[in-house]
Amino acid sequence: MRFWFFLTLLCATLALGGTPTPEDRLSQVFESIEANRLDEAMQRVDALIRDYPNFRLAHLVRGDLLLARSRPLQTFGNVVKTVPNEKIDGLREEALARLRALRQRPGDDRLPRYVLQLHPEQKHVLVVDAKRSRLYVFANSQGTPRLIADYYVTLGKNGIEKTREGDQKTPVGVYHVTANLPRKKLIDFYGVGAYPINYPNEWDRRQGRDGHGIWLHGVPSDVYARPPRASDGCIVLSNPDLESVGRHVQVGLTPVIIADEVEWSDAQSIAAERASLAAALEQWRTDWESRDAERYLAHYSSRFASREGQNFDAWAAHKRKVNSGKRWIKLGLGRVAMFRYPRERDFVVVTFDQNYRSDSLSNVMRKRQYWVKEGASWKILYEGAG
Amino acid sequence: MLSLAARFGWVLIALASALPALADEVQDAAKLLKAGQHKQALDLVNKVLASKPKDAQARFLKGLIYTEQGKSKEAIELFTQLTKDYPELPEPYNNLAVIYASQGQYEKARAALEQSIRTHPSYATAYENLGDVYAKLASQAYDKALQLDSSNAAAKNKLSLVRDLVGRPAAAATTAVAAAPKEPAKPVAVEKPAKPAATAPAGDPNKEILNALNGWAQAWSKKDADTYLDYYAKDFKTPGGEARAEWEKTRRARITAPKSISVSLEQPKVTMSGAERATVTFRQNYRSDVLKSNSRKTLVMVKADGGWKILEEKSG
Repeated sequence: MRFWFFLTLLCATLALGGTPTPEDRLSQVFESIEANRLDEAMQRVDALIRDYPNFRLAHLVRGDLLLARSRPLQTFGNVVKTVPNEKIDGLREEALARLRALRQRPGDDRLPRYVLQLHPEQKHVLVVDAKRSRLYVFANSQGTPRLIADYYVTLGKNGIEKTREGDQKTPVGVYHVTANLPRKKLIDFYGVGAYPINYPNEWDRRQGRDGHGIWLHGVPSDVYARPPRASDGCIVLSNPDLESVGRHVQVGLTPVIIADEVEWSDAQSIAAERASLAAALEQWRTDWESRDAERYLAHYSSRFASREGQNFDAWAAHKRKVNSGKRWIKLGLGRVAMFRYPRERDFVVVTFDQNYRSDSLSNVMRKRQYWVKEGASWKILYEGAG
Repeated sequence: MLSLAARFGWVLIALASALPALADEVQDAAKLLKAGQHKQALDLVNKVLASKPKDAQARFLKGLIYTEQGKSKEAIELFTQLTKDYPELPEPYNNLAVIYASQGQYEKARAALEQSIRTHPSYATAYENLGDVYAKLASQAYDKALQLDSSNAAAKNKLSLVRDLVGRPAAAATTAVAAAPKEPAKPVAVEKPAKPAATAPAGDPNKEILNALNGWAQAWSKKDADTYLDYYAKDFKTPGGEARAEWEKTRRARITAPKSISVSLEQPKVTMSGAERATVTFRQNYRSDVLKSNSRKTLVMVKADGGWKILEEKSG
């Protein structure tokens, strides 16, 4: 037992503090510069470029280090030639995004507010912070997310909150990976692979949002990374980073939560919120089993709409009719996952296995519900197969 | 980069004065080269080398002839061999760097210049060249960062180098006043050793010249480009033979760019050539927020408009 414990510990240490990433190495170059050890900075950036010749940002830093030996620098990325400003700005922004993210890495006790509950088979969850151009990978550590890695990402040219086809924005919301497209099926533009997500989801559709083809993917072989705002809405990672993330992805299971700016919380607050949702869900389950249609329907918002587009009244009438004919109902829930929706107020996506049995019908399905807080209580705004 | 060419020929003079027993033939060959008579110059040098195959001056001059003839490969071989035989001399490294730079091989140029400075820490020519090479390397790094094509720039650079080399003004005509590379602390004998006490007439030009010199260094230290440039004579011979306006622009940029500059002069030595002309040698201690250099400098000064002005300026 002790052996395994230590081995696990060792692996964890290697994963976190092992070989420095190109980004870590770039950060070391800046550390040398800040300490005014310019020769060391030059050696470090030369070595970095030797290993990653397509890392354009590293070339920019090297240019500055060389130019500084010839004349004083006016700015970071002191390109002398006349070049379109946005070309240099993209690299400057990338540098800022990378360094900030490294220096503002959340502490061990900080958890993304969105992840209320992972179900046991969801091994990882991906959380994207658009403002920081960062993707965080959390492992499911007995139900609690634990940060294991984070990566620089490129997002849509026009920012976030996608609403329309072709708006070149990245959507904000709770999604999951729907497929794994290997390199050989892709053109070079997408790099080493791609993982589509389920934009637009039910909530997006209900909001009238359209468009499609939002993927996590890599970069063309002639670059190491792209500027922070450069894609048509996709989440783009450097090829080595995409491969690392890909090792954690389970198609159909891995949640991808995209937020404007991740809200960080603590285990205690999250546990309280999870408990409040779990209680509402359990009440909904027992009220359904009770066959008392009004008790059951009280869990639904007046703004409820079904997947088929029925409004609350039509849907309630249907449910009253169905439930009244039953002599008994048994409802079992399993593999429950709960994710708070970014940007929306008190809005939680709940997904679970629903095992429904009654005297006349038995049915097992995966269900997705959107719960919102109305006054002091949680209400269901949408439900459907998930 | 133009200045690379301008500094190139100067090195020959420096070396010539550095080594004893300057063969007349070599001097003649240098004159032929200056006159553009490459073939005759080469014949003469080869004649010298036939009897003295190891003669450093002759080999150095041959390297220069090859360079001007565009025989870069041969020139590189010669200069490389000279760096092996005389590793303490900065000039062959410097000239190797100039050829590499003209070929767009800036990393090699950088290595040679860094070597030149390592062997001879106060060698100003190499410092200035290295500054240019760093700027060029920076530009290439930026091109890679922005995915621009930088292949054309190197070719253009080579062309302008050759043209400037041929069209270089008559630096060789001036007296041999450069520092001996082997003994940087000791200035090489100036034709007429300075005897300030003896040559100082009523007006004491020696004092006037030193005052002007200090004013020049102070203006430079204050980054006061106008005052600084005012110390140069109207017919100042620009080091690269470029137009006065162009030279002023470069100087202005170099003076105003650093955050701070400090220039101090050591061991100034004035040699009068007549009442209105003097050669001043000194060690120049230059310090800015980006560069430190200690080098030997020679100014030819003339009396004009009631004051002493700089007619020529050379370093190395």
